[in-house]
Amino acid sequence: MSENGMFGSTRKGAKKKDSADRTQLQTILIRFTRHRPAMISLVMLILIVLFAFVGPFFWMWDHTVYKEIPSNLPPGGEHPLGSSAAGNDVLAQLMRGAQQTLKVAFTVSLVSTVVGSMWGATAGYYGGRVDALMMRIVDIFLIVPLLVAAAAIAGNTGAGASWSAIAMIIAIFSWATIARVVRGVVLSLREQEFVEAARASGASASWIIIRHLLPNAAGPIIVAATLLVAVAILAEAGMSFLGLGIQLPDISLGQMIGSARTAVTTRPWLFYPPGVLLVLICLTINFIGDGLRDALDPRQTRVRR
Amino acid sequence: MTTEYMNEEHATVETGDDVVLEVTDLSVTFPSDDGPLPAVREVSYVLRRGEALGIVGESGSGKSVTSMAIMGLLPRNAQVEGSTRVLGQEIIGLNDKEISKVRGKKIAMIFQDPLTSLNPVYTIGYQIAEAVLAHKKVSKQAAMKRALELLEVVGIPSPEQRLRQYPHELSGGMRQRVVIAIAMANEPDVIIADEPTTALDVTVQAQVLDALQRARRETGAALVLITHDLGVVAGQVDRVGVMYAGRIVEMGPVEEVFYRPRMPYALGLLGSLPRLDGDASDRLTPILGSPPSLRDLPPGCGFAPRCPMARDRCHEEEPRLLLTTGDTGGESSAADDTIVHRSACHFSEELAGVEATDLFQAGEEREKAPKDAPETLVEPEVLLSATDLVKHFPIRSKGILRRKVGEVQAVSGISLDLREKETLALVGESGCGKSTTARLLLNLIKLTSGEVTYMGQPLQGLTDRRMRPLRKDLQLVFQDPFASLDPRMTVSDIIGEPMRIHGDGHRDARKRVKELLELVGLNPEHGSRYPHEFSGGQRQRIGVARALSLNPRVLVLDEPVSALDVSIQAGVINLLEDLQDELGLSYLFVSHDLSVVKHIADRVAVMYLGKMMETATTEQLFKAPAHPYTQALISAIPLPDPIKERTRERIIVTGDIPSPANPPSGCRFRTRCSKFANELSDAERTKCVEEPPELLDRGSGHRDACHYSQVVELI
Repeated sequence: MSENGMFGSTRKGAKKKDSADRTQLQTILIRFTRHRPAMISLVMLILIVLFAFVGPFFWMWDHTVYKEIPSNLPPGGEHPLGSSAAGNDVLAQLMRGAQQTLKVAFTVSLVSTVVGSMWGATAGYYGGRVDALMMRIVDIFLIVPLLVAAAAIAGNTGAGASWSAIAMIIAIFSWATIARVVRGVVLSLREQEFVEAARASGASASWIIIRHLLPNAAGPIIVAATLLVAVAILAEAGMSFLGLGIQLPDISLGQMIGSARTAVTTRPWLFYPPGVLLVLICLTINFIGDGLRDALDPRQTRVRR
Repeated sequence: MTTEYMNEEHATVETGDDVVLEVTDLSVTFPSDDGPLPAVREVSYVLRRGEALGIVGESGSGKSVTSMAIMGLLPRNAQVEGSTRVLGQEIIGLNDKEISKVRGKKIAMIFQDPLTSLNPVYTIGYQIAEAVLAHKKVSKQAAMKRALELLEVVGIPSPEQRLRQYPHELSGGMRQRVVIAIAMANEPDVIIADEPTTALDVTVQAQVLDALQRARRETGAALVLITHDLGVVAGQVDRVGVMYAGRIVEMGPVEEVFYRPRMPYALGLLGSLPRLDGDASDRLTPILGSPPSLRDLPPGCGFAPRCPMARDRCHEEEPRLLLTTGDTGGESSAADDTIVHRSACHFSEELAGVEATDLFQAGEEREKAPKDAPETLVEPEVLLSATDLVKHFPIRSKGILRRKVGEVQAVSGISLDLREKETLALVGESGCGKSTTARLLLNLIKLTSGEVTYMGQPLQGLTDRRMRPLRKDLQLVFQDPFASLDPRMTVSDIIGEPMRIHGDGHRDARKRVKELLELVGLNPEHGSRYPHEFSGGQRQRIGVARALSLNPRVLVLDEPVSALDVSIQAGVINLLEDLQDELGLSYLFVSHDLSVVKHIADRVAVMYLGKMMETATTEQLFKAPAHPYTQALISAIPLPDPIKERTRERIIVTGDIPSPANPPSGCRFRTRCSKFANELSDAERTKCVEEPPELLDRGSGHRDACHYSQVVELI
C-alpha cells in the first residue's frame, strides 16, 4: 500500500529535520519557558510525580494495613497525615493513590488523543462517505454512558484490579470526543490552500494528515487532551466508588475520596489531602496544556509577551 | 448598450461654495499592547455639494479608518482627534443618539461586502423601508412605496418582486445596488462608498458604478469613493486624494494627479500598474519594499524608505501637504480651496515632467529576448494539452441518501494547448470555471470526461503514485499568499517540502532552499522564519519558490497577483517574467484581471460559464476582440486615465452570470449579450438560442465562439 510507504518516508523526513534544524525545537522550548503559569505548573507536576513514584521508596510505611498503626490517628508525629480507621498510613496511601491515578490518567489521555486525533483527522480529510461512516462509529461511542459501559465491561471481565485494564476501558470510551473535535478542525483546514499545495506537490494523504493537518490542529488537540486527564481521573474515581476500579488493598485518589466521604467533618485528614492533590493535578495539567499550545503556534508569541 | 453618463456627470458638478463635509486634522490612534498605533494622521479635506472625491491607497493606508471615523463607527478604544463637520455641524464627539440623527440622513455609507451589510433574515423591501422610517415619520405603506422607487433608480429589474425577496436570493451585484438604495433612502448630502465594487466582477462593477452615479444624480449627494483601484477613481471622481501610511500625501483634481503627479509615491503607484491601454513590452516599475508598519513609522517622510529620490531631509522632516503650483510655501491658501493640487513632498517641484520609469528602477535592465521574434520559426513543442475537458460537480440532496439532484456544469468542453516557454492566460469572471480547468489540467480533481496529456502522456486515470513523478514538472502557485503557506512550518521547510515528498531532500536541500530564496528575491538567511513574519508580496514569492523547488517545466498560476497591492503586484509580475526567461518555464496564468493578462501573456483564452468564448494571441485579442463577451470585458475594465476613461465607448452587459447548474441553451452568453439584445433580428436570435456556437478559427489562430462575431476596436 502506498500508505505504508509514505509513513516510512515521513519518519525519515522527521529524523532529518531533528538533526539539522534543532533551532526550531529550541525556539519552542524558549517560548514555553517564557509562559510563567505553565512553568510553575510544570515544576509542581514534576514534584507531584516524584512524590507519587519516588516517595514510596523513602517512606517507612506502604499503603497497606498495619497492625502497628493505631486507627483514626490525627495528623502529626510518626504519621504526618494521620491514619485511617483500618490502620493505614494516610501519607503512604496518598503516594500510592496519586501514583495509580496518574498512571491511569496519563495512559487514558495519551491513548485517546493519539487514536482520536488520527481517527478524526482521517475522517475529516477524506470527507464524504468515509467521514459519515467513521463519525457514526464515533457517535456510538459517544452515546454510551462511560460509567455504565465501563462497569459492564469491568464487571464481566473481572479486570477491575489492574490499573492498565481500567485505563484501557476508560480510553475506549473517551477517544471519541477527541475524534469529533479534531474532525471539525480538519474539515476547515483541509480547504486551506496549503493542503492543496501539498497535494499538487504529490504528497499522499498520510503525509498531509501528519505533516499539515495535525500540527495545525494542535491547539484544540492539546486542550482536549488536558481536559481528558481530568475526565479520566473522575471516571476512575467513579469506577472505584462503584467497586469496579482499583480495589483495596490497592488504592487511588478517587477511592480515597470516596471512602472518606462520610468523614469530611469528623476526620478531615482523610478527605482533604487526596482532594487537594486531585485538584492540583488537574490544574497544573491544564496550565501546561495552555503553555504548550502557545509555544507550538508560531504566530502566538508575536502578540503575547 | 453604450452610455455617456460619465460626461454628463462631470458637467453636473456645481462650483458653488456650499461645503457639505469638512474634515480638519483628523487623526485616529488605536491603543495597542505595543504602544499607540497611529492609523490616520492629520487628514484634512473638504467636499462641496455634488462633488465626487476619490481616496486611493493600498491596504493599511488608513483610508477606511478615516471614513469610519467620519461616520462615528470606530470601536470605543479608538482615539479620534481633529474635527469633522457635516453641513457645519461638528460630529466628532457626538454621543450615539445624536450621531444617529446624522448617519443615514445627512451622511450615508456603502460598505465593501454586500453579503454582510444586509441582514439575511429580513426582506429587501423591509430593510429599505426601515432606513426610510428611521428618519422620516411616514406610514409603512409610504415607506414601501419609496423603497420601490429607490429600487427602480438603482436599476434593479422587476422591483416589485425583489421587495419581497431576501438578500440570499439576490446576486452580489444586485445586493450592492440594494445597499446603494438604502444609502440614498433619505437623500443624504454625502455618500461614503468604501470599496463598493471590490468584491464584484468587472462587468457587474460597471453596472454598480452606473447605479451609484444614478443615485447621486437623483439625490445630488456628494461622494467620497474609497478604493484601491486607480481605474475606478479615474472615471468616477473630480478630485482624488492619495493616502500613504495614514496621511494624505497628494491631493488634487483627478487629471492633475494622474497626468502630473507631484509625489513619488503617486508616481510610483501609476507606474506599477499594468495598463490595458499600455504597451505589453513595457516593464512595470515596482516600488521596492513594503509600506511601513504603523507601530514604528520613520521620523521623516513615511515613504522615504522606499523612495528613490529620498535625501537626508526626507528622513528627518515630515513633509507637509503643500501647494505644488508655484514654488512658494503656499500656506496662505485656505484649506477649502478645492481646485488646487497639493502634495506632501519636499522636492515635489523636481517631479515636474518626470516619468515613473525615470525614477523607479524597472528591475535590472536586461536585454529581454523579444517574445514575438520566434513566431516565424518552428512552433514550440506542446507540453500540456487538454481536449474537451468536462467537469460536472454533482449537487446532492441532504440527508443520508445524498441522492444526486442536479449538477453544476463547471467546465463544459474546454480544449487548450500550452506550448513550451509560452504564457497562456485563462481569463474569465468568477464562476466561469477557470480555476477548475487549472486543477483539471494538474489532475488535482477527477474530470468527468475529456483528455489531458502532458508531453503526450495521458494524465487522467493515473493513480496518485503514478502521478507523483509527473508532479515534479507541473507545479501550482496559489492566489492567497496567507492560506497557501502552512503557518506552522518555517519557510525553509515549506520550500523544501516538495523535495522531501519526492525523496530528494537530502544533503543539497538546504543549499537549494537558499538558492531558491535568492532566486525569488528574498534574503536567504530568512529561511528559519515563519510565514506570518513576511508581507503579502514576500509570501507570494515564497509560494513561487516552493513551486520552483522541483525544477518544473510548467507552472500553473492561479490568480497569483490578485490578492496583492498594486505596488507589490508589479514586483511579483516582473519576477515571474524574469523567471520565465531564465528557467524557460511555461505558464498557465489564470486571472480575472485583463490588464495583468495583457501585460504578461502570449496567448489568451476567454472563458464564460465553463465554455471557451474566444482564444487568440494577446495582441489579436486586445486589438481586435471578436466575441461580444470579450468586448464587454475589455470595455468594463476602468482605465487609470481620467480622460480616456470618461470618453471611451462602452459595451455594458446587463444582468448577472447565470447559475452554472442551469446554463442557458444555445450560446451561454446570450442572456447578457448586448449584440443579442440590441442588434440581432428575431431570426438571428433563434440561432443563438437553439444552437451552441462552435469555437471557429477566423484566420491566423484567432478563434471565437459566436455566430455573429464581429471585430470591434476598443482601446
